[in-house]
Amino acid sequence: MRKSLLLVSMLIVASIIMTACGSSAATDAPAADATEAPASPAGFGVTLETVKARGNLICGVNAQVPGFGYVDESGNYSGFDVDYCRALAAAIFGDPSKVEFRPVTASERFTALQSGEIDILSRNTTWTLSRDTELAGNFTATTFYDGQGMMVPADSGATTLKDLDGGTICVQTGTTTELNLADVMAAEGISYTPAVFEDADSTFAAYSEGRCDAVTTDKSGLVARRTVLADPSAHVILDVTMSKEPLGPMVRHGDDQWFDIAQWTVFAMFAGEEYGVDSTNVDDMKASSQSPEIRRLLGVEGDMGLKLGLDNAWAYNIIKTVGNYEEVYNRNLGPDTPTFIPRGYNSLYTDGGLLYAPPVR
Amino acid sequence: MTEMNSVLPPLSERSNVLRWIRKNLFGSVLDSILTIIGVLIAYWVIKGFLTWALTTARWEVISANLRLILIGQYPLEQAARLWIGVAFLIFLGGNSIGIWARESRFSVALLLSPAILALLPFSSGPRTWLIVLSVTGLVGWWLGRSRPEVLRRSVIIGWVISLPIIILLTHGFTPVDSGGVLAIVKTNLWGGLLLTFLLTVVGILFSFPIGVLLALGRRSELPIIRLASVMYIELVRGVPLITILFMAQLMLPLFLPQGVTIDRVLRAMVGIVLFSAAYLAENVRGGLQAIPKGQFEAAHALGLGKAQTMIYIVLPQALRLVIPILVGQFIAVFKDTALVAIVGLLDLLGIAKTVLAQPKFLGLQREVYVFISLIYWVLSYGMSYLSQRLEERLGVGK
Repeated sequence: MRKSLLLVSMLIVASIIMTACGSSAATDAPAADATEAPASPAGFGVTLETVKARGNLICGVNAQVPGFGYVDESGNYSGFDVDYCRALAAAIFGDPSKVEFRPVTASERFTALQSGEIDILSRNTTWTLSRDTELAGNFTATTFYDGQGMMVPADSGATTLKDLDGGTICVQTGTTTELNLADVMAAEGISYTPAVFEDADSTFAAYSEGRCDAVTTDKSGLVARRTVLADPSAHVILDVTMSKEPLGPMVRHGDDQWFDIAQWTVFAMFAGEEYGVDSTNVDDMKASSQSPEIRRLLGVEGDMGLKLGLDNAWAYNIIKTVGNYEEVYNRNLGPDTPTFIPRGYNSLYTDGGLLYAPPVR
Repeated sequence: MTEMNSVLPPLSERSNVLRWIRKNLFGSVLDSILTIIGVLIAYWVIKGFLTWALTTARWEVISANLRLILIGQYPLEQAARLWIGVAFLIFLGGNSIGIWARESRFSVALLLSPAILALLPFSSGPRTWLIVLSVTGLVGWWLGRSRPEVLRRSVIIGWVISLPIIILLTHGFTPVDSGGVLAIVKTNLWGGLLLTFLLTVVGILFSFPIGVLLALGRRSELPIIRLASVMYIELVRGVPLITILFMAQLMLPLFLPQGVTIDRVLRAMVGIVLFSAAYLAENVRGGLQAIPKGQFEAAHALGLGKAQTMIYIVLPQALRLVIPILVGQFIAVFKDTALVAIVGLLDLLGIAKTVLAQPKFLGLQREVYVFISLIYWVLSYGMSYLSQRLEERLGVGK
């Protein structure tokens, strides 16, 4: 009797441990499954068909990041990542409202994508090698080059890292942020005193108490953290980027057509800004522009949309209903918003940024 | 009135505020010092809070987002369905008060509270509905009070079918574009208090029978049933709720065939029910064990079978005994539903976090969280109060 009791309790313990491991390894486990079987369901062209048959796009977003994804007072999703979903819906259906938003958390986002619960993940996700491979996803394009930034009180007058020479900088210890800060400052020959803290909360608490001259973490994080400060407008984020955090929409492995559509939706928005086509002048441009690039983009010439499996007016619909990249950026992260982030790398290559759309031809 | 019967204290000790204060708060030097320190701390805290709440706090974040907090993204043009559902519940509540607690002034005052809320600056739509709620409640109360015998049975039936009715009203059944009466509102639009309420009610109502069965199973004489119950209870009690929710949201979709998805809200509900059932089973088992053996023997002597003994003799007594624990468990379920915010559902807490990300209202954590805690407190206290009433009526602990 006693022996069997022991056996049972050991079994229970083992299964508990297995459940615990299961949940902590949740992000790894699916990788094996999904790489083995990208088979029929996620095959070429299936996603677009599914989406069209369903009549709307299901987009996984974050509902809790100021500027990138949130629910406004009237219950509508808004934000930079959210507008991308609308643009994709506009490209497919010609109607940006044909999208259903699914708030997904950091831990469940990849599962939701793999299991087909969402068609695309547009939720401040950093493009890394392991996510591109192990998690059986493909990053389509970088829509936002995030990176480690620096926040200072507005009245300090600092505008570059050099202005912080000899100052104290609050940073969370044990993170790549801390190492990165040291590298960047050493490379620039700036001396500073790091004030290190165990977690993000105490780091920012120390900064708000004035114990350091600046605080550093990812820029989108700085924007969110700034909101918690007593007077958010009294703090500015410097126009410097100290690390690589490319964020962009992600699709499942196995459906290249869907990947193309998702990627070219981003490029169409870049191209719109590059050619000066925005939601206000897109009709004029379509009617009278002589530029072959613009005519191809807006579907006046060639069958660019058909090649993607869409309507030829796909890019016209994106720009008309959602806007080009600049409009979307300014609407959500521009200087007139409380969540202002200087464009920095997120400028067109013609302005010294990294946004570059391949030719539409 | 009760003092009339008891012996009056001597004149010098009769209730008198000053005397009471002197006796209880300034009885000795130490008492006086503690009283003064206590009053100072209370003054400091309350003054700080009131100054903040009345001057610096920007409550417009609440008024602008009240709809989100209460029903999430549930379409406003369909909100009448929810009001009707609430009116139905309040009618049943009024009826029940009229039948079973007719003298309770507090309960009647409770029925008036929607109308009192209507005094707040709402737009005309919600205000009308709030008054309608109070009127339905009072009509129900009056009906229940005037003819309790006739209504008793129908009220019980009403409560039994109330959950399916509420779910049906909330979810609807006609396709969205067909223009039917109750268009389907997908669960991804359910949010705020509505979602918290549904998760709680489903969690409580479904975990209760499962929990009772598990408790009986654990005391069963059939080894397989007993072992299965024990394993289930101990396994589920051995993991935190958040793990179960993560399993439901993260692992389950991977086990299902591609393209098959189970509704996320449903997954969370199932997780909460399974979790709560395990705890409930142990609570009920406590009650079962407290029933003296004589009861079983007496039932046996009367010729009752095992099932009859359980249903008519043991369970009613056992459940009555564990009411306080069960209500504690129910309150815990209510508060535990906040964990679904971590797996991406926009319940009361999840929607609060979303509201906080609105650029217009950045940095208003205090206002939003204070308001959310107030809602949690009012509802938890309401449950606790109702259970005390129930205990009094059933004479628990006497």
